[in-house]
Amino acid sequence: MIANLISRLGQATRETVISLGHASRSFVSIVINAPSLWRRPQLIADQVHFIGNYSLVIIAISGLFVGFVLGYQGYYTLNRYGSEEALGLLVALSLVRELGPVVTALLFAGRAGTSLTAEIGLMKAGEQLAAMEMMAVNPLQRVVAPRFIAGVIALPILTLIFNAMGIIGGYLVGVSLIGVDSGSFWSQMQAGVDIWNDLGNGVIKSIVFGFAATFVALYQGYEATPTPEGVARATTRTVVISSLLVLWLDFLLTAWMFQ
Amino acid sequence: MQKKSIDFWVGIFVLLGAASLLFLALKAGNMSSLSFEQTYDVTTKFDNIGGLKPNAAVKSAGVVVGRVSSITFDDRSFQATVTLKMEKRYKFPKDSSAKILTAGLLGEQYIGLEAGGDVKNLAAGDKITMTQSAVVLENLISQFLFSKAAEGKEEQK
Repeated sequence: MIANLISRLGQATRETVISLGHASRSFVSIVINAPSLWRRPQLIADQVHFIGNYSLVIIAISGLFVGFVLGYQGYYTLNRYGSEEALGLLVALSLVRELGPVVTALLFAGRAGTSLTAEIGLMKAGEQLAAMEMMAVNPLQRVVAPRFIAGVIALPILTLIFNAMGIIGGYLVGVSLIGVDSGSFWSQMQAGVDIWNDLGNGVIKSIVFGFAATFVALYQGYEATPTPEGVARATTRTVVISSLLVLWLDFLLTAWMFQ
Repeated sequence: MQKKSIDFWVGIFVLLGAASLLFLALKAGNMSSLSFEQTYDVTTKFDNIGGLKPNAAVKSAGVVVGRVSSITFDDRSFQATVTLKMEKRYKFPKDSSAKILTAGLLGEQYIGLEAGGDVKNLAAGDKITMTQSAVVLENLISQFLFSKAAEGKEEQK
């Protein structure tokens, strides 16, 4: 009984280590395969179009609404302390430092990550990847690497758009609707937001999230069981794993950046 | 033709990202406060720095002329050693004095620099000797209470 439990624990540990090692090896081989793509930028451009442009609307609208809500909630809290002039600072800092990178990465995992997993999983199920290998085309290089680079490029850009839309949303609610002074809204924001420490760290975060979310999506697709259920399960796993990974990485990065 | 239109939309996407970055850098963050200008270090000693933090502003006549680069404790004089990074284009006389001031009643603290009358200017590594510590609210309140109590005693006599 106890021996059984212990051996099951051992098996679980061994499998975790194996899958972690396998994932790291795939990550390294994707990164190694990536540079050769600079000779064929069209492949990357197609994927940026697929990953980035199609996510643009959901990102921009979410950013706007997050900004609206921050404007309202921030105003009600700050109003108690009679410092509603700091609304701009509150909206900008919370967006640029945390909400922008994290919410964009979560939306990205849901919008673009799932479609990447499903696409590659179906390619595998249809044995297209195997056919490529038969034609001496490396599928990691031809299929996976362009999507990876495109994700890493697209996520920071989407984050920046999300931040800008959020600040505009905060401005619309705070200044146009509630009536906070427009001058102090911007000047407090400008006095408090540091280009490197706040904006720069936010961009670094979004690049790290881009690596993490895109890689999880591609890996899940590439390693999916080539059946309809397998692809479905892989798609679900993509959302769960990349969301948790993004939140965990965000905690680590915040602890490291803003000590 | 198909490829061309995809390239066009990708270009739009990247341009939107660049525009957002520009908006965030210029409108949200203050690009002009980002100075690549040369600075020189000046040290000062305070009995009490209150809530002064690294990167706080150094202002003279209300204009930012530098930043606090580091705050350490000197265990020989039991004072706080504050290093100021002054912008090179602003020169101050050697006998300038530094005060720790508060923006508003509960605002953040900064260093106010008042120019003296010396003909020589502060150079890198110099020390500002005339300093005035931060006003600590608790000390003020206790002083006020003690003086009130003392008044009460005199009235009773």
